[in-house]
Amino acid sequence: MAKSIVLVIGGGIAGMEAAKQLLRLGIEPVIVEKSDHLGGHVAQWHKLFPDMMPASDLVEKMAAGIDGVTVYLNTQVANMNRLKDGFSVVLSNGVAVPCSAVLIAAGFRLFDASKKEEYGYGIYDHVITNSDLESWFNGAQDSRIPDNPANVAFVHCVGSRDLKAGNPQCSKVCCMTAIKQAIEMKEKFPGAEIWCFYMDLRLFGKKYEDFYINAQQEYGVHFVRGRVSEVGEDINGKVILKAEDTLAGRQVKLRADLLVLMSGMLCNEDTRPLASMVRADVDSDGFLRSRDNIYRICESNKPGIFFAGACTGTKTVPETLAEARAASLDIYNYLRGND
Amino acid sequence: MIYQGKQKIWSDYQKEIPDDHWFYVRSCIRQSFFPASEAHFVKIVRDLLGRDLYETPHHTTCGGIAYHSDTIPQETAMTIVARQFALMKEAGYKNLVTSCITSFGNYTEILETWREFPELETRIRELLWKACRREFDKPEYVAHASDLVYKLRGEIAEKAKYRLVNHATGEPLRIVEHIGCHYSKMFPHKGVGGAEYPCVLSGMAESWGGTVIDYPERRHCCGFGFRQYLVKANRGYSVSNTHKKFESMEPYNPDVIITNCPGCPYFLDRWQYVISEQTGKTYGRDGFGIPVLTYEELAGLVLGYDPWDLGLQIHQVAVEPLLDKMGIEYDPSAKYLGLNKEDILKPGLPSVMKCF
Repeated sequence: MAKSIVLVIGGGIAGMEAAKQLLRLGIEPVIVEKSDHLGGHVAQWHKLFPDMMPASDLVEKMAAGIDGVTVYLNTQVANMNRLKDGFSVVLSNGVAVPCSAVLIAAGFRLFDASKKEEYGYGIYDHVITNSDLESWFNGAQDSRIPDNPANVAFVHCVGSRDLKAGNPQCSKVCCMTAIKQAIEMKEKFPGAEIWCFYMDLRLFGKKYEDFYINAQQEYGVHFVRGRVSEVGEDINGKVILKAEDTLAGRQVKLRADLLVLMSGMLCNEDTRPLASMVRADVDSDGFLRSRDNIYRICESNKPGIFFAGACTGTKTVPETLAEARAASLDIYNYLRGND
Repeated sequence: MIYQGKQKIWSDYQKEIPDDHWFYVRSCIRQSFFPASEAHFVKIVRDLLGRDLYETPHHTTCGGIAYHSDTIPQETAMTIVARQFALMKEAGYKNLVTSCITSFGNYTEILETWREFPELETRIRELLWKACRREFDKPEYVAHASDLVYKLRGEIAEKAKYRLVNHATGEPLRIVEHIGCHYSKMFPHKGVGGAEYPCVLSGMAESWGGTVIDYPERRHCCGFGFRQYLVKANRGYSVSNTHKKFESMEPYNPDVIITNCPGCPYFLDRWQYVISEQTGKTYGRDGFGIPVLTYEELAGLVLGYDPWDLGLQIHQVAVEPLLDKMGIEYDPSAKYLGLNKEDILKPGLPSVMKCF
């Protein structure tokens, strides 16, 4: 009997992990990925909190797990129709993929920091994003990052928990990413003072609080509870931040050599058209809507359509991987007719 | 500074500004502060550039200054504004252009409020009818007068007699532009260039040959801020805000400050005198202050109008260093001669800041 085929839309860590598990369950996954590489955002990252595991190690390990799986890079779903007992999918490269189920693992995109105009991304010379900094950690050249910064500032929640930016949800990972990057910058520039401007610190995961305390005690990172109201540039090209320190009850002004904006996670722009092809529901936050948010998170409201990872909401790497495994099992049970 | 980054933002905030047929409403206070600015706006737009600009003597305050000072409720300001709209309807115009930034903000805020709460507009229509038996149409376009000068900046440049260039060195003059808070901070899409990097004034300055300075406190309030000044006990706060701006712009050696608000040029100009008397410090070269002009005054200088006809002798900070840099010919002895050469009396001179 021929193996059931499952189309996995998205070759990030959710799609890769799900493909690996589906293989183990005797199902044939086919991965379609719109970019030119597997691993999604994680492949661009340097190290992962809280263990500081190199992101490349994780992606390599996961790639080894899907050896032999059909992968279409630089490819998107052009059309998808429901059949009596499955789906007929046509890819942008012209390949037709008849499949029994579809797993959407389309991930997320980062908020475009230039939309928060007051922070001057794309305008001031030394303003970068969390993603830019990870690329630099990975060896990319970036003239915006000075050789010996005296002060480096991080602004949390850029475009997340921000009604005016149209994105009210918490990005979940930015607090820890900022702390991780603050530590990494301190390691690279021991003489620099590192400042984190935050609304709230949401350190919910295992070892997260330890990480935060360590950042203060071992690395001397300064945490200022307050939002940055505006950013300017002085005559020497230094970044000037104005913020409110809500704990001290005073305004603060900081002259920094580098400002890092922690861009939040948003739903991918192509998620909505993808959902409309199979009439899956989209939530008010733009992410895909699960059948419920407690018991059937990996299931859509339509039979045969499953979700994994950040396409349904912001998630950490471990949460994404756990969800990918859960989704694989849900698909296995669906194909076997188990409820 | 990445100039292309600003251009990208400007492209997102392009405002539609009709070319002609405007109903012009003046400011309550600008004719006292800068007596020739509005007159020269009319001269430039109507007489020189041939646009249809209509005024009516029945126009009153828009109520914005009282509204922002918490002395009248918004419904009262709305009814006053409704009457202005009725005057515009009676005159057959659909495009409203305001001289005052607070008026511009007031008109914009009221129209947006009516859009959100149509029942309030209905009530204001009833109140206006009861009060003075008038009916109004909402304007199709609301612009600030600086929007219109921005739109016409190319035509002004073509007719310019002088440029914003140092006559002796050929270098562009260094311009600080200061935007009134009520221009685009409330509704960024209603202002040319948005709220963070507006280009309504910088666009004029660059079109006329100058270069614009972006300094750290560029966005900061001029110091007026209504209750900062109107409540006498707060005036120290007012001057401290202005002081902060001057300390921030000082390293850039600006040649002139241009503004588009009634309050900003007044406070940036007068407080320089106060700061110099209190601290002994001046911010221009050789003991002078930094001249602060309205955009109409700047346009007037570029077009070759006489500086004293433009009312520049009313400014606290001496404008002569700017006139000399631009190579403008003027008669120093005529500075304090008013209309019909009548002596308007030379004021006492400050003890610190140089003036003539």
